[in-house]
Amino acid sequence: MLNQDKSEANKKLAFKLAWILAGALVFAFALVPLYDVICSVTGLNGKTSNVAQTAAKQKVDLSREVTVQFVSSVMPGLGWNFYAKQNSIKVHPGQVTVVMFEAKNTTSEVVAGQAIPSVTPGKASAHLKKIECFCFVKQSLNPGQVKQLPLRFFISTDLPPEVNELTLSYSFFPASK
Amino acid sequence: MSTTSVAHHDEHEEHPTGIMRWLTTTNHKDIGTMYLTFSLVMFLVGGCMILGIRAELFKPGLQLMNPEFFNQLIGVHALIMIFAALMPAATGFANWMLPLQLGAPDMALPRLNNWGFWILPPSAILLTLPFTLALFGIGDGALATGWTFYPPLSVQGGIGVDFAIFAVHLLGISSVLGSINIIVTIFNMRAPGMTLMKMPLFAWGWLITAFLLIATIPVLAGAVTMLLTDRHFGTHFFDAAGGGDPIMFQHLFWFFGHPEVYILLLPVWGFIPQILQTFSRKPMYGYKAQVYSLWSIGALSVVVWAHHFFTAGMPVPALLYFMYSTMAISLPLAVLFYCWIRTMWKGAMTFETPMLFSVGWIILFGVGGLTGLVLADVAADAQYHNSYFVVAHFHYTLFAGGIMGIMAGVYYWLPKMTGHMYNEKLGKLHFWLTAISFNVTFIPQFFVGLAGMPRRIPDYALQFAEFNMISTIGAFVLGLSQLLLVYNIISCARGGQKATDKVWEGAIGLEWTLPSPPPYHSFTEQPVVK
Repeated sequence: MLNQDKSEANKKLAFKLAWILAGALVFAFALVPLYDVICSVTGLNGKTSNVAQTAAKQKVDLSREVTVQFVSSVMPGLGWNFYAKQNSIKVHPGQVTVVMFEAKNTTSEVVAGQAIPSVTPGKASAHLKKIECFCFVKQSLNPGQVKQLPLRFFISTDLPPEVNELTLSYSFFPASK
Repeated sequence: MSTTSVAHHDEHEEHPTGIMRWLTTTNHKDIGTMYLTFSLVMFLVGGCMILGIRAELFKPGLQLMNPEFFNQLIGVHALIMIFAALMPAATGFANWMLPLQLGAPDMALPRLNNWGFWILPPSAILLTLPFTLALFGIGDGALATGWTFYPPLSVQGGIGVDFAIFAVHLLGISSVLGSINIIVTIFNMRAPGMTLMKMPLFAWGWLITAFLLIATIPVLAGAVTMLLTDRHFGTHFFDAAGGGDPIMFQHLFWFFGHPEVYILLLPVWGFIPQILQTFSRKPMYGYKAQVYSLWSIGALSVVVWAHHFFTAGMPVPALLYFMYSTMAISLPLAVLFYCWIRTMWKGAMTFETPMLFSVGWIILFGVGGLTGLVLADVAADAQYHNSYFVVAHFHYTLFAGGIMGIMAGVYYWLPKMTGHMYNEKLGKLHFWLTAISFNVTFIPQFFVGLAGMPRRIPDYALQFAEFNMISTIGAFVLGLSQLLLVYNIISCARGGQKATDKVWEGAIGLEWTLPSPPPYHSFTEQPVVK
């Protein structure tokens, strides 16, 4: 019923629309790296860098004191006890500090876990610099083993002036071995 | 005269009869009828599920079902109502009416049209099959995450989640095929002289919907595919332990999910003004303003998604942006409301069933829109989030604003489609029962929501007992009154008073120039619009 020209034109337009469709699908998957980039650039979501920093040439700002609180939790499926040995600490920006965490495997098997950090408020997350952290790698514990997990960090001196208190949270997730 | 005997009008056309006619048809009216029938069936299926839920919520405590089954019913109810009832109904109208309204002989891509429909029944089966499989001890039932598939719950869930993921893939393919077909039809198949700005508003509503679908359905498909690979192939898109982020799923999902709200509503906003002008007996007010408003709402709908999870944690500037952009949608929407009311203003109005549904629709959808403004407020949302207030709000927009609008369309076009008048008395009874019982069902949910009753929980505190009892009674009346709609449609298809070509005294548009029912192949000679 449709004449040939019209039918050709219809097919052409349909294929053009299919390109939009394909573009939207690519966009959907491109959103994943985009999301990560936006989060790490802006520090939204409290994501911190997973790369060890160096403390070189960092001046200690003795005029400021910032409270860092520690929150520790274990996700379901990981039979561990995990806690920070101190709930909070007062530090000067630029001052390198070591905080100890302790994990205990309460099961009778070798279990690996991965700690995932998160910082609140989000805008402070880029200013928490970790020199050494147990969260950089998977941790594996033998049955009943207790392990001391050190965190060596400093707060960057460019921390926005309105932030006087920040919270660093670690969640231990079960990890495949 | 039934639809099958219409075929006798076609002198030279041979087509198969019986089931093969429906399986192989490329006729836009046949496919439209199948979409609408499918939608009605799934509307009843989804309705039965929610009646099960309301029965459980009739009294505090657990009486009828365990919480897992309750969660499954809730998630599948939503997916069915959105993807298998509301969207196919709108596509059914598009198939039936767009070629007639645009003066086209058929849809532009008839074969694609057939595929688009026949993907739907398998996906509906995929969605509901886990219920049956569970009876035979296979798996633990359908998806129990709610329709939003949030990880980590959906990563941990049983086979029901996989079934739902594949069902969503199929439903997505179906609606994308339908959208491509509709866009091509609107751009290429209009009658000579019908410029875009002379198109019926229904075509505009659908055009924007179709573009939204093409742009956002792939994002949903991508998100659920990532979920699938997270579940089975060791990826960590949403797994925090592997460096992924569960909140990212919420962003991806609602990037689709919020435009979806307008995908469901824009076709309705298209044809309701046509109904209003018919029964007010004067052309609609502000056609251009409405077209521009529809476009602005369509454009705004893709940049406001994060208001669905304000409480998930966001920096203050992001909260403010999403709050203000969401509230900005109410401006073009207010223009639409003004045009709808102004269309009726000083018109020679009569209140046949389609008009009753349309006027009721304006009022109830207005309630949905205003409560949406409350939820868009970041400060208020902290309390209302995930409460029954949200449930009541989106049922005012999607049941009143969506399904009651569709019902207005059904009564409006049924005489055109079948060639018979429906029973006006029963139609009016259906309207009043629906409108009243709908309010009896959902007004109490605003109250319990404000008082803090969370959604998706099978049990509740004793203080909510009376309101839930009222709500359940309303829901059962609402559910049972839909049998009137079914009866009315079937008896109208079977026979009744013969409808005239124009059907309604004040009807405007090309579809009313054809006989009722229209011949199997309409507009072989395209009409010329001046």
